[in-house]
This record gives sequence, structure tokens and C-alpha cells, in this order.
Amino acid sequence: MSHAAAASSDHHYTSTGLNTFKLGFWTLIGSESLFFASLIATYMVYKGESVRGPFPSDVFNIPLTSVSTFVLLMSSLMMVLALAAVQRGDRKGSLLWLFMTALFGSIFLGFQAYEFTHFYHAGLTLGTNVFGSSFFILTGFHGAHVLIGVIWLLTLWVQALRGRLGPKDAITVEVAGLYWHFVDIVWIAIFTLVYLLE
Amino acid sequence: MATAEATIQSGTTAGRKTGLWSWITTVDHKRIGIMYAVTALVWFLVGGLEALLIRIQLAKPENDFLSADVYNQIFTMHGTTMIFLVGMPIAVALFNYIVPLQIGARDVAFPRLNALSYWIYLFGGIFMNVGFLFNAAPNMGWFGYTPLTTKMYTPGLNADFWSVGLQILGIASIMGGVNFITTIINLRAPGMTLMRMPLFTWMALVQSFLVITALPVFAVALFFLSFDRFYGTNFYNTMAGGEALLWQHLFWIFGHPEVYILILPAFGIISDVLPAFTRKPLFGYNMVVYSGVLIGFIGWGVWAHHMFAVGMGPIADAFFSIATLIIAIPTGVKIFNWLATMWGGTIRFNTPMLFCIAMVAMFTIGGISGVHLGSPPADLHETDTYYVVAHFHYVLFGGLIMGLFAGFYYWFPKVTGRMLDEKLGKWNFWLFVIGANMTFFPMHFAGLLGMPRRIFTYAEELNLGTINHIISIGGFITALGVLAFAWNVIRSLKKGQIAGNNPWDAHTLEWATTSPPPEYNFSELPEIRTREPLWDGVSSVDVAGPPKAPIHMPSPSYWPILTAAAINLTLILMMTELWWPPVLGAALVLLCVINWAYEPASEH
Repeated sequence: MSHAAAASSDHHYTSTGLNTFKLGFWTLIGSESLFFASLIATYMVYKGESVRGPFPSDVFNIPLTSVSTFVLLMSSLMMVLALAAVQRGDRKGSLLWLFMTALFGSIFLGFQAYEFTHFYHAGLTLGTNVFGSSFFILTGFHGAHVLIGVIWLLTLWVQALRGRLGPKDAITVEVAGLYWHFVDIVWIAIFTLVYLLE
Repeated sequence: MATAEATIQSGTTAGRKTGLWSWITTVDHKRIGIMYAVTALVWFLVGGLEALLIRIQLAKPENDFLSADVYNQIFTMHGTTMIFLVGMPIAVALFNYIVPLQIGARDVAFPRLNALSYWIYLFGGIFMNVGFLFNAAPNMGWFGYTPLTTKMYTPGLNADFWSVGLQILGIASIMGGVNFITTIINLRAPGMTLMRMPLFTWMALVQSFLVITALPVFAVALFFLSFDRFYGTNFYNTMAGGEALLWQHLFWIFGHPEVYILILPAFGIISDVLPAFTRKPLFGYNMVVYSGVLIGFIGWGVWAHHMFAVGMGPIADAFFSIATLIIAIPTGVKIFNWLATMWGGTIRFNTPMLFCIAMVAMFTIGGISGVHLGSPPADLHETDTYYVVAHFHYVLFGGLIMGLFAGFYYWFPKVTGRMLDEKLGKWNFWLFVIGANMTFFPMHFAGLLGMPRRIFTYAEELNLGTINHIISIGGFITALGVLAFAWNVIRSLKKGQIAGNNPWDAHTLEWATTSPPPEYNFSELPEIRTREPLWDGVSSVDVAGPPKAPIHMPSPSYWPILTAAAINLTLILMMTELWWPPVLGAALVLLCVINWAYEPASEH
């Protein structure tokens, strides 16, 4: 009878051959998808229901938001480059692209901050109407996720700086990348359904 | 609880195995399972006490034992406690202890995350009950309908304890779901394909998928409520264009999968316990698995059967009615498979088996009243009456609790190394059967005769006094059953018969190792070839002997408990109605998480 060594000595045996951390993270992404789906669905249900303004067309600046969307999309490209650099043990490349991803994410957040301030001065707050409530909470949660991602990337950058982000650590960068791309895809959904369909 | 001293070789963490600190920093799924179970059983007593208070108040018409305001707090907390602090955690307790053993793993996929879930649950449950100290316990029903729960109609802290407390608990559940899915998919022993897994593990997998998808919807509903109450948003504010009904939709989109989250573990227990006591493999294993998966899927499409009286219109009503009737089919398939498992078997009527049989019968009764409720015209008469209360108590007490008790009596020997007393077990069982049926069966009639839910008293002229009196007596008989159980546990821990590895001569892997198992669960495992490994040649000799090579176990950690405290704090700080305290709390959580990430998961 063959004795499976797996349970006792092989740390990396898995039933599927997939990395456990990555599998767990995909599960979390599945969960988060439902979270954002509920927020987006609420926004859609409340479209056109505000009793008083400001209304979306009063405050939206599509060209500006298109630029910030482009910035966020580009950051996903940077993330891919960062992962590739880590996987091949390219320390300089890792530092560069991890930093650039975080930077572009921060630029996106800067645009969000500007937009929120502009809306606030136009008279749109959390409590003004259902548009304000559903818009700020949806984009606010998304922005919080971007911020967490930026912090995560910066901690990875610090690891790389200390020489502790080699190819054998690539899995943590891959998972960070999964998170980052997820946040980006959620934004694509938000940009389309909230801004472009207006 | 006794834990066997492990003969763990060098290279693993030593550390102290006893004492409070070892429990606070534990990441061992077995210890975490025990903590979940003990905590949940304490809440079971609290929720049961709340039930008895309800029954005293309702035992006669126009009673004044509890004021209306206190009554509202008691019945709200009874439901909230039983569902969120007992029903869900106790399943998680069993998942924690048993699932890794059943699949031949050493622990769950993310041991520290596992501990985090427990500590969040402990702190969150305590927080939700703190309201009692201020006579401001949640009082708006366990389902918190708006606009009652908006600031305008519930200005006090009651709804805040509820919404914040449940938000906290939801995080624990989602983390647990992620953990169990990953564990079951990725950490099975070689040869254990999905279709060779025990049914209890299968149901844990399906339930975990429901948890990770349904709880986020509830989180959104709760955030909307909290933000309306604390930060002035308008999600449920009809005056601003919002929609009180949005709450009902979001809540029940969560709430219906939630009831399957509650019952699937019990289905899993029955499917595992029956074969042990009928000496036959589970009949129709494949169909039982597929039915469970199907219930998980269809469960998403029935939520508005909780809203038939709201005025959605005939098309919506018809759709949800049909979906509700359809979901009875896979459920029925399971019941027939259980009956077929018993048919022709050599039945031993030990206590676990008795609970299984009662579960199948009582759950079926609950299922039948559920089918009635699934018809909109019938529901219009029955909704918001005691008919509904009868239905869900039959499925939850008759189904979930009886199933859980089958699980307790079955697995207690594995966890503690001692058998529970059979005689006391039978007292427990019969007191439950008589008590629960006396409590909940008459409720069908009370409901059809027009007794509404959630009323603190009723007029003499309604002639409901006798029925309610009988129901209340039934409640106290059930309580005696709980006492019998408590006495059984206390006594058996000290004097119970020593169990040995496999006292039931059962078929699944957890019975291959010692009772209780060593820290590392199994020294080594052969390749799994069938669904009933212990009936098909796997022997304890190799599995439970001393380890042949060094075994690396995850190291204890204090970051889970610290992170749990920080998460609790962050959400509780929303009650200040300022934005920066929760942000500070979030920064604290981030600090904890970063430290956690830098700590190695196990020594190498």
C-alpha cells in the first residue's frame, strides 16, 4: 500500500496543484464581487429617483473621469510588468514597476479626491439625495479598496528594497496583482454603468 | 478539554500547550472548534432563556410579566442570538474540528485567519448584547425592517447595536467561508477525490460558497442602514427618493441563502451519522451531493417568498412561488435517500441515531409548512402569523438543532475521548421530542386562527389562551432537555466511558486517529481509495501511531486576537457619527495586518 507522504512532509502538496494562498484569494475576490455588485445594483435602482439635485449630469465631467480611468487601467499594465520583474529576479525592474503601479493608483485617488471636492462644492453630499448617497458610497468603497491596494504595493516595494522580494516570493506579488486587477475591473464596471450610461 | 500530548519532532513549535495564553494564541483548528462550540453553547443558553421569557409572557392573555418594550428586545435578541450566535457558529465549530480530519489534512488552509474569525465572533457577540445593559438591546425584529430601523423610528442605540454587531459578525463568517472552501478544495489527502469526501465535508463546501456570496449582500444592506443612521445617507429614506423596500430585497437576498447556510450542515451530519448506525453506506451518495449543490443554487432564486404580502404583483409572486416549490424537490431527494439508507440496515438506536430519525421527521413537517407558505394566496393568510413561527422552528429546531445534537453525541467521543451517557442522552432526546413538538405544533393552529407574530400579549376574547399555555409548557419541557444535556456533558467529561479511536465503528477518516487526535491529526495516511475508508481497510495502526518524521505545524500567534479587536473597534467607532474615528480604527487594523503578514506562518 503506498503511503502518501503528502500530509506529513511535503509542505506544498495540494489537491489541485494550485497555490493555496492564490486559491483562497480568488475565493475572496468572488465574495467581493458580490459586495460591489450589490452597491452597483443599488446605484442602478436609484438612477433617476432623486427628488432634488444636483443630478449626475449637473456634476459629472466625463472627459476628466476618462483620464483617471485611463490612469487606473495603465496601472494594471504596470502591475503586470512588476510581477514579471519579480518572477525573473529583476530587482531594479521590481522596484520601478511596483512603485509606478502604486503611483498611478495614487494619481487615480487624487483625481477621485478632486472630483469629490468639486461635487461637494456643487452641493452634492452624502445626504443631499439618493444620487449623492449611492454615488459616494459606491465610489468611496472602491476608492478605499484602491487605497488598500496602494498601501499593499508600497509594503511590497519596501520588501523589494530590502532585497527580500525574489522569485520565490513572486506568489505574494501575483496575489497582489490579482487584487489590483480586480479593483481595476470593478472600476471599469462603475465607469461604464455610472458615468457613461448617464 | 484533554488534548493528547503530541510527539512532535524538532523543527516544530514547542511553546506551552496549556494555560490561557496557549488558547488565546492558538491556531489549531481543533482548539478553535472547541472555543466556537463552548461559546455557541453559552449563547444557546442565553437564547433559550430569552425563549422562556417569551413563553412566560405569552402563557396567558393580557399578561404583564414583560412590558412591550422589554418584550421587543427579548424576541429580537432570541432570533438574532439563535441564528447568528448559535446556529452559524456551531456549524463552524464542527467544520473546524471535523472537516480537516475527514479530508486527512493537518489543519485548515489559513490557521491564523481561522483564529481571527473566532475572536471577531466572540467580541462581536458580546458587543451585540451590551445593549441589554442600557435597556437598549435590539428591539426591531431579527430582520431589522426599514423604516422601523431608521433613525426616525428607532432613535435609540438598539438598532445600532444590531447593525454594527451583525456587520462585525459578517466579517468573521466570510473569512471562515474563504478558509473552508480553500481547505476542502486544496488540502484533501491523496486519493480523496471530491466524490469520495464525506457528506458533512461536502455540505460544508456548499455552505461556505453560500456564505461568501450571501454575506456581502447583507454587509451592503447593513452599511446602508448604518450610514443612514450615522452619516445621513438616504438609502432607505423615502422622502429623498429612497426606498424602504430596498432593505427587504437586500436582506432577503442574503436571508434566504442564510437559511440554507443554517441547515446544510445539519443535512451533512445526518448523511454521515446514518451510515454508522445502519451499517450501510449512504444510499445515493451522488444524488445527495448533487441535491445539496442544487439547493445552494436554487436558494438564490427564492428570496421574495418572504415578501409576498408587500405588493410585488402577480408575475413576481408567481416566479418566486414556483422557484420555492422547485427547491422542495432536491430537499425531498435527500430525505428519501436518508430513508433508503435506513431501509434494510442493521440499526443501532444509540442517541445519535435517535436524533437523526427525529430530525428527518421534524424537518419534513417543517418542509411541508414551507411548501404551504410558498403559495402566495395561502401565504397572505399565514404570513406574519404564528404559522410562520411554527414553520421555521420546525426546520430550525427540528432540523438544525436535532441534527446538531446528533452531531454532538456522535463526535463528542472523538473530541474528548469519552462517551456521553446513553441514558441521559435518551432523556435529552425524549424531552426534546416531546417538548419541541408540544411547543411548535400548536403554533400552526394559533397562526391559522389569526395570532400575529411579534405581539407582546393578546386579548382574552381571541381564545388563544389555552393553545399558548400548552406551547409554553412545551417550552419548559424542552428546557429540561437542555439541562439533561448539560448534565450529561459535565458528568461525561469526568466519568464518561473511554471512547477509543472508533467507538461507533464508523466509516470516515476522523475515526482513524486517536480520541482526541494529536495536534498533527494523523502521523501518516494511506492513499484513499473509497468513500468509507475505515470500512475498506484503512487501519488506525499506521495512522494513529507516533509520527515517523518531523511534522511542521503552524505557530501560535497573537495577531488574530489583536486584529479582531481592531476590527471590532473600527466598526463600533461608527457610532460616534464622525468619520475620523473609524478611519483611525482602520489604520490600526492595517497595522495589525501588516505585522501579521510579516510573521512567518510556521517555523521551517
